[in-house]
Amino acid sequence: MNGAGNALEDLIYRFIATVAVVLPDDVSNKLLELARMENSPYGKIIYNAVLRNNELARSRKLPLCQDTGTPEFQVAFGEGFKHKEELLAAIRKAVAKASLNGFLRPNAVDPVYNKNTGDNTGRILPWIDVELVPQSSDAVVQLYLAGGGSTRASGAVVLDPADGWERVFRFVLELIAERGMYACPPLMVLGVGVGPTISIAAKLSKKALLRPLGARSPDPWVSEMELALEKAINQLGIGPQGLGGAVSVGEVHIEYGERHPASMAVAVTTSCWALRKGQLVIRNDYSFDVTTHEEGLIDA
Amino acid sequence: MRDELTIEAPVKDRSVLEKLRTGDVIYLSGLVATARDEAYRRIALMNEEPPLSLEGWAIFHAGPIMKRVNNEWQCLSIGPTTSIRLESYSPSFIERTGVSIIIGKGGMGRRTAEACRKHRAIYTVFPGGCGVLGASFVKEVIDVKWLELGIPEAMWILRVERLGPLIVTIDATGRNLAEEVKSEAKSRMNEALSTIREGLTKKRMHEEKP
Repeated sequence: MNGAGNALEDLIYRFIATVAVVLPDDVSNKLLELARMENSPYGKIIYNAVLRNNELARSRKLPLCQDTGTPEFQVAFGEGFKHKEELLAAIRKAVAKASLNGFLRPNAVDPVYNKNTGDNTGRILPWIDVELVPQSSDAVVQLYLAGGGSTRASGAVVLDPADGWERVFRFVLELIAERGMYACPPLMVLGVGVGPTISIAAKLSKKALLRPLGARSPDPWVSEMELALEKAINQLGIGPQGLGGAVSVGEVHIEYGERHPASMAVAVTTSCWALRKGQLVIRNDYSFDVTTHEEGLIDA
Repeated sequence: MRDELTIEAPVKDRSVLEKLRTGDVIYLSGLVATARDEAYRRIALMNEEPPLSLEGWAIFHAGPIMKRVNNEWQCLSIGPTTSIRLESYSPSFIERTGVSIIIGKGGMGRRTAEACRKHRAIYTVFPGGCGVLGASFVKEVIDVKWLELGIPEAMWILRVERLGPLIVTIDATGRNLAEEVKSEAKSRMNEALSTIREGLTKKRMHEEKP
């Protein structure tokens, strides 16, 4: 291993630690806004605990939730980025190190042999989606920690196009009425993806999930429907931790693509209140920016 | 709504639990054992004996982050996991172990509520996601059983001080707050759908982009 590889490994390690310990700025601001909007009897108790927890996590440099989820990376390599292989290797090593040092809980369980691999690496983990971006020489690394509970309210279905958008939204509402309470509401972002197949819809729903809070769909109708779906979900009254209340969802984000004449696939990816995500831009000279956390990376 | 009551665990006299009602907020001091999917499966499905007597104990549905420092375990982060996964094993688990307080999140179903009524036990919610807050109440890691299941699934025996807030959502009469919220949510489905229809009609989406 050369020195450059080590530098990237250290950088990714600190990045992982930061995402597990500190909420990104957009989520942490939205959380305060939701706390002010909640009026249920338990709302105050729960938000007090949540805000105290997040402060403690930051000051003690510990993962704010014990379920640090499945680390899902997305790497957009500029074609001119020179350290592609080193970066991929660094991610793998940094995930294992973060797991051994308590920034990530060992969450990778082999389903055939029912054995925990112990360090969040394995046949498919750490999960890394890679794309190539022309005319760029940077690497953009996104990390989402997908908690087990928050995954529970997610779902997907292929609908008949003739049933139209009302059926799409009914699917989302029924899913959340049945399972939203198990995913640590308020669900910070509920990402909806609509496309021709489940796999494409799922990918779009993840894109929706990671869209920054406050950013609406550029399509005026879709952005209107994002607001309508937020309102409708809140009308269900699930509230913080599913104990009843005014606010069950932070924002609904919808991403869509062309459907097939015979199919309209819908996927929903939900996050808990603790939407832990981060974005790191790395340049060829190893300088970097963290675009999601204004305070930068923690020392880990 | 009762608040600030601290309960000592293991619970010797269940009459203190019988006075509690859904919505009450309590804190817990004493001993707690973690148990989640694999421990439930072993005890409730495979009929294995619990590794220690849990009569009157408080059980925490949790998979903590633990770190071994100089041969001692430290609890870095511990919060509740989604309890509903354990619903089908729950009556048998409660009956076979004799636990009196269950701590989790998200609420449990009818079978657990019925078992709580029958065995004078309660189910409480600790705010999900608050792992560092949870760990701040852990004063000592006393023991670990079934460590071969992996760190999250092992049974950790902890001494806690004023662990909470714990919101009672199933009381010893079998009342179940989470089920009430869920059926209320389902009964509001039509109202929510009309909000959606308003949005759709306003933009005449059905006509324009079917």
